[in-house]
Parts: sequence; C-alpha cells; structure tokens
Amino acid sequence: MSQATSLSRRLPTQWLGVVPFFLFALLFLILPALSIVIGAFRGPDGGFTLANIVGLNTPTIRNAYWVSIYVSFWSALLGCAIGFAMAAATVLGGLPRFIRSPLLTFSGVASNFAGLPLAFAFIATVGPAGLITVWLRTEFGINLRAATGFNLFSTTGLIATYLFFQVPLMILIITPALDALRREWREAAEILGATGAQYWRMVAFPILLPSLLGTFALLFANSFGAVATAFALAGPQLNIAPILLFSQIRGDVLGSPGLGYALAFGMIVITGLANALYLWLRARTERWQK
Amino acid sequence: MTDPFLQIEHVRKSFGPTTVVEDFNLDVGRGEFVSFLGPSGCGKTTVLRMVAGFEEPSSGRIVIGGKDVTHLKPNQRNIGMVFQAYALFPNLTVAQNVAFGLKVAGVPKPETERRVAEMLNLIKLPEFGGRYPYQLSGGQQQRVALARALAPKPKLLLLDEPLSALDAKVRVSLRDEIRSIQKELGITTIFVTHDQEEALSISDRIVVMYGGKAEQVGTPFEIYNRPATKFVANFVGTLNVLEGVVSDAASGKVRIDSQELSLKGKLNGSKAGDRLSLALRPETIALGPKPGHDASLQGQIADVHFLGSVIRVRVGLGGGVVSLDTFNNSSTPPPTVGERAEISFSSNDLLVLH
Amino acid sequence: MKRAIAWTAFLLGSLIFILPLVGMTEFSLSMRRGVYSFDAYASVLADPQFRETFTYSVVMALFTIVFGVLLVVPTAYWVRLKMPALRPVVEFITLMPLVIPAIVIVFGYIRLYNTSSWLPLTGTAMGTNVLLMFGYTALALPYMYRAVDTGLRAIDIATLTEAAQSLGAGWTTIFAKVILPNVFVAVLSGAFLTFAIVIGEFTLAALLNRPAFGPYLQLVGANKAYEPSALAVISFGITWLCMGLIQIVARLAPKPPAQSH
Repeated sequence: MSQATSLSRRLPTQWLGVVPFFLFALLFLILPALSIVIGAFRGPDGGFTLANIVGLNTPTIRNAYWVSIYVSFWSALLGCAIGFAMAAATVLGGLPRFIRSPLLTFSGVASNFAGLPLAFAFIATVGPAGLITVWLRTEFGINLRAATGFNLFSTTGLIATYLFFQVPLMILIITPALDALRREWREAAEILGATGAQYWRMVAFPILLPSLLGTFALLFANSFGAVATAFALAGPQLNIAPILLFSQIRGDVLGSPGLGYALAFGMIVITGLANALYLWLRARTERWQK
Repeated sequence: MTDPFLQIEHVRKSFGPTTVVEDFNLDVGRGEFVSFLGPSGCGKTTVLRMVAGFEEPSSGRIVIGGKDVTHLKPNQRNIGMVFQAYALFPNLTVAQNVAFGLKVAGVPKPETERRVAEMLNLIKLPEFGGRYPYQLSGGQQQRVALARALAPKPKLLLLDEPLSALDAKVRVSLRDEIRSIQKELGITTIFVTHDQEEALSISDRIVVMYGGKAEQVGTPFEIYNRPATKFVANFVGTLNVLEGVVSDAASGKVRIDSQELSLKGKLNGSKAGDRLSLALRPETIALGPKPGHDASLQGQIADVHFLGSVIRVRVGLGGGVVSLDTFNNSSTPPPTVGERAEISFSSNDLLVLH
Repeated sequence: MKRAIAWTAFLLGSLIFILPLVGMTEFSLSMRRGVYSFDAYASVLADPQFRETFTYSVVMALFTIVFGVLLVVPTAYWVRLKMPALRPVVEFITLMPLVIPAIVIVFGYIRLYNTSSWLPLTGTAMGTNVLLMFGYTALALPYMYRAVDTGLRAIDIATLTEAAQSLGAGWTTIFAKVILPNVFVAVLSGAFLTFAIVIGEFTLAALLNRPAFGPYLQLVGANKAYEPSALAVISFGITWLCMGLIQIVARLAPKPPAQSH
C-alpha cells in the first residue's frame, strides 16, 4: 500500500471504528434517558411546563422517594461497614490466607445473586414461615416479629435483604484497595511514634476514602434502582420510587403520563446527585493522586 | 568500646522452624555509622527490624542508650527510619510528611513549622513543602523520607536499603548527602545494604552478614584488605580465587595446576596435601614482572576489556582464570588475546582462605 | 486479640450469607410434610412454563453475549489502539447503566420505540425481543467493557497489530485471528457475567411483556409456597456456575510477560 492511500484512508476509518458503539449508546442509553427528561418538562399540549415536577409534591410520591432514599442510604452504609469489616479482617486481621480466595469467589457470586431468587431466599429464612422464624418460635417460643419488630416485608426487611448483595460488592471493591495499603506506611507511622488509631486517622483512612465514597455511591444507586427484590418481597403495595414507577409504566396509576416521566426524572436526579457528590468529594480527597 | 550507644546482645530470631538470625552481637558507638552488608536473605534486614521493633527477637537483648528496648513497641523507641522506597504518605504533602512525627508527639504548631522548614533546608528542598510525593523524583522522595525520620530528633537512625530503588547517579550523590547530614548531626546510624561499594564508601564500620550470622565486623579498610572468611573475600570487591594444594608445608610450597608458588610464612598450620584457596584482588596483580612482586605464574591472555582509564585483562592459568587491572597507557598497546603472559604479585597481597 | 476481633467480624458478617442460603435450601426440600424431598424441584421441572421461559432467557442471554462481544471488543480495541483520547468518554458511557436505574432506561425505550414512534420496535414480538436484547446489552455494558478492556491491557495490542500488518493481514484477519483469540478469556468472563445478569432479569422483561424467566419467577413467587425456594436454589446454582466458569477460564488466561527490573 502506498503512503498516500494509507494516509487518505486513515482519517475516516479511525472514526468509523467507534461509530457502532456511539450509535448504540445514543439509541439505547442516551436518547432513552433524554426522552424521560424531556417528557418530564412537557405538558399534554406538547409545550414546556414545570407542572409535572411540581406535581411530584404529593404525600405519596414524596414518601416514595423518601423511603427509597432511606432504604438505599442504610443498605449502602451498612453494606460498606460490614463489607469493610470483613475485608479488613481478611486482609489485615491475620486470618489464614486460604480464606481469601473462597471469600472473593463467593462475593462474586453473591453480588450477582439479586432480584427475585434473593427475595425467595429471605422469605424462606426470615419470612412468616421461614426457617429461623419457625425455629425461634418452636424452640424458644419467640415471635420474631413481635419480639424484635423485624418484618421482612417492611423497609427494615428490604435493607437486610439488600445487604446480601451490597456486602459482597463492597468486599470485591475494597479488598484490592486494602491490599494497596503498603506495609511501609504503617511501619513509617509507627516508628514516627503514631499509634494504630493515629495511623488509621491520618494515613490509611484518607487513602481509602475515595474508594469508600465511590463504593458507597455505587451501592446507593444499586439499591435505589432495584425493583425485582422489593416487588417479590412486598408486592406492588410497597411505596418506594422504583415500584411506584413500575406500577405507573404498567397502568398509569398516577393518572398522568407527564407525572410518570417526572417521577423517573427524579430518580435520575437522585442517583446523579449521589454520583456528583461522590465525584466532588473524590476530587477533594484525591488531590494527592496523579 | 567505652560508650556503646546501641547494644545488640545474643539476639536470635526464628520464624517457625527456620532461623534467620543466629546469636548476633554488636556494639555501636555514639555517632557511629555502621553498615550491615550482605546478600538478600542474610538476616541484615531482620536485625534492623528487631532494632526498630517491628520484629521481636526470639531471644537476646537490644539496649539503646542504656535502656532495654527489646520488648518496646516501635512507637515508643524514638528511632528514625528510612525505608527502601515509596514509604512517604501519599495523601500528605512534603511538609505534612515531615511534620508527621512532630504532630503525633503533640509538638505545638509554631515549633513544628520551624522544625519542618529547618529539615527541608537540611535536605536542600526548601521550596517543596507544598508538593505531594508523586510530584517528586525518587531521589527527592528519599530525601524527604530522611527529613521526616530526622524531624522528631531521634537518637538512632535506621536506613533500610534507602538507595536501592534509585538510579546509579542519584544513588552516589544521595549517598554522600546522607553521610554528610549524618556527620553534621552526629546521629548514630545503621545502614542496611547489599551493595558493597555503598558500604565501603559510607561507613565507619561494616558488619558483613551471611546466613544469619555476622561473618566479620571491621572498618572498610579491614574488610576489604583483610577479609576474615572466604565469603567476605568473595562478597566484598572483585576477587580472583585460585585453588591450590600444599605440596611442602615447611618451605611454603603450594601447587596450582602444574605450577608451584612459594609462600613462606603464610601457611601456618597446614600440612602437605591440604587444599587451599588463594585470593588476589585484581589491582594487586601486574602483567609481567614488577618491582616488589616476589611471585609469578604463567598463563595466556583470555580476554581484554577496555574500560577507559583501566584495562581489565583476564588471564587463563591452566584450570582457572584471573582478572587483573592495568592502567591505560597511551604509548603501550593493550595485550592481544591468545598471547602468552606472565602475571606477578606480592605474596603479601595474597589472601589465604581456609 | 486482633485476630479474635477479625474472626468475630468475619463470622458475624458471614451469617448474612449463610443463613438465607441454608434457609432457602431447607425450605426447598420441605414440600412433603415431615421428610426432606425433592418434590418442589420435581414440581418446578415438570412445569412446561418453566422450560419455555428458561429456554427463552437462555436464548436471549446468548444473543446478548454475541451482540455485546461484537459491539464491545472492536470498540475497546480501537479506542486503545487509535483513539486513546476517547477513552474517558467511552468509559463514562459504559458506566452510565450503573447510575441510571434499569427501570428508567426501559421507560425511555417504551416512550421512544412504541408503536406510534419513528422506530416501532415494540410493535412486533421480534422487534420487542431485539429491543430487550439491546436493553440487556446496555445493562451488561459496564461489566463486559471492563472485562475486555482489562484483557486488552494485558497484551501489547499495538505490537501485535503491527506484526500482523507487516505480514500483510487486513483488519478482519487481525481482529478474528489475532485480537479475539488473545482476549478470548476476558471475553468469556464478560460472557458468563452477562449470562448471570440476563438469566433472572425481571424489570426489563416484565415491562416489555416478554415471556422470560424473571417474570415467571415472579409469578411462581406470588402463587406457590415451596417452588420459589427451589427456583432460588437453581438460580443460585446457575450464578455459581457462571462465576466458577469465570474463575476457571481466568486461570487459563495468558499472563502478561513478567517485567524485568
């Protein structure tokens, strides 16, 4: 091939290589999201309106958002805390090495075990006729629900169920970050007179913070959009944003298509805000990285 | 030693069934610079880590400034330490790194700032306080690590191969800088290295370690010129080793292949038939006869390496090969490979290794 | 002391996983009163709907994998080789499905591709199937792209490509004979992960009204007692299988050449 033809062919082919991807992204990711945003600001007559957004301010929808945020926040926070404790126990706590590989493999499985089967597993365990519920009742005469206030079909139950995939996801993400903490940092801090707590507060925690924040944002979004588990646990009655949206898409329960778009738009805004907050915090905490 | 500042007494360390340090004893004087030299796995780092407190000796005692610290935690020992590499806290600026030890000790802020500025001046990086470690070169990072270790005014400084991750040029300049700062502050220092040139150039005394034991303790001059064991002779400097057999102990005759050497007075305790290793530094051997050289061997030029000011010649002697260095002399062409040659040396320079 | 705390944290945390797994297994075996039996499994397997929906989801998963590979591998390769400046943009796009909930994306599909739109994909069953496959590809995009991109990082694609070009290979040959075999293991990991995601997916299939395994699970969950647990055990087994296969193929992966220091 001569120099001239190779040059003339290079420019168009270079862009051609990424056209399928961008076309796909446009048609099946960006435009669908955009159409929701546009729909949220369009009235029945097709003109611009804020009525749909204002219309979100009803007790039902406010409550749905609030419960969703509550569940996502706590399942993400507990998921981070428990996952961190388990990963730290394995990496830094002196547990035998052979635990590590099975834990990571299992975490890979559990973090992908979501949706309906997960709900079934929890119903079989702590549901009204579940293994533990029955065991507590027959062996100790304890009524799980009456004694602890735990109800699988409530927000508490939802949070507990979500932990099944939130915790392993945290383990998967934070284990490499813990591995990356160099032994020299700990030793340098120690020899300079720092206590273990001082080392964690001044060195290890700030270094881990970007990973922790990132995982928190991911876990939050992960549970915020989850429909199937909640649907199987509590059915369409549970008033959280994704279930409300599900019912709206199926049967326009809100009585206004525009309100449906606004509801979906609100969900994008909330997960978007969580991620923007994460990016902003990371930029602040990561000044020391390349 | 009249006033040993650091005493390591009968220290032993084993991990499970493997012993990595065996009965290690050393006194280090106040202000002294002592190097631990040895190949990797010789136990030098383990001894250093026991002094620092990261490892506890299986038995024995470590005393610093008259105080038994054997079972003290690292953060109670008031020791400064520089690690091999990348031990700066990446999330803190240079100034915050240097201030770390002062901050955890609760030193008031104005004094901390003054001390940090003083330290940054000492390492000649006064303008670098606001930078993050990733913005520094490897050599600069190690200087900051040194400043960080020295900021809390430790009584003892431990350097764990601080130069090994740097490139050759920086290594030499930083080595000299470390030595001059150490002299300026008069701080007792232990320096761990596997690089014999580093140890020879920087130390007051060297401990050559092998297999968990101190093979020899001495000044660089003693270590290089009077190696006590075969290992030390081989590890420190380049060495030609000739295997010989004593043919007549009384007259000091040793047979090397088909040639015979007369080494009067160097064979104490040997008898005929004993095998000996005879070692020679390349710089003590000359091509051809030389005044003062009382011993010679015949051979054939095997290899000639032109190194600039020095020419390194390898001469085959039947079974073995010896390297020798001759100065480059523009009027004399270097020998050619295959030529027959005679090498000469002074029997005083010959090291007999048993 | 430290080790005791570590063990406690580890064991307490493990309960979150162990209890539900034990619970669902025990429950799935308890259909017959008083004794353990596989009745619930037999009941599930005998259900023709189970076989139909499961087959549908498997086929969907396979199509999604093929389409995803054809979409992601050339893009990741091309971006790494020729357009590194585009990497942040492409990475941002591939991470979008982690931020925008699936239910919002499918809501957008229904709005954009309904019967009265410019591209009425939902007008026919086949069109909806295609749309569902695109949706699944989007959901799997973050995982697929990351797996392939990591695989590409392990090999020196620039040198491989130049070597192939110098031997006169065209782009198709380079792609099929040089790049794909070298990232095959990475592609397989992405494929198994995609399979695990697609097989039990509920939201997209339910809202696009396709007879997939996910909606079937929901139906069984709402109407039966012991069968859901059996299905949960089966689903967990499938997920295990996918992750196990990823581990196995990862062990076969070409290791990047050791760096000499």
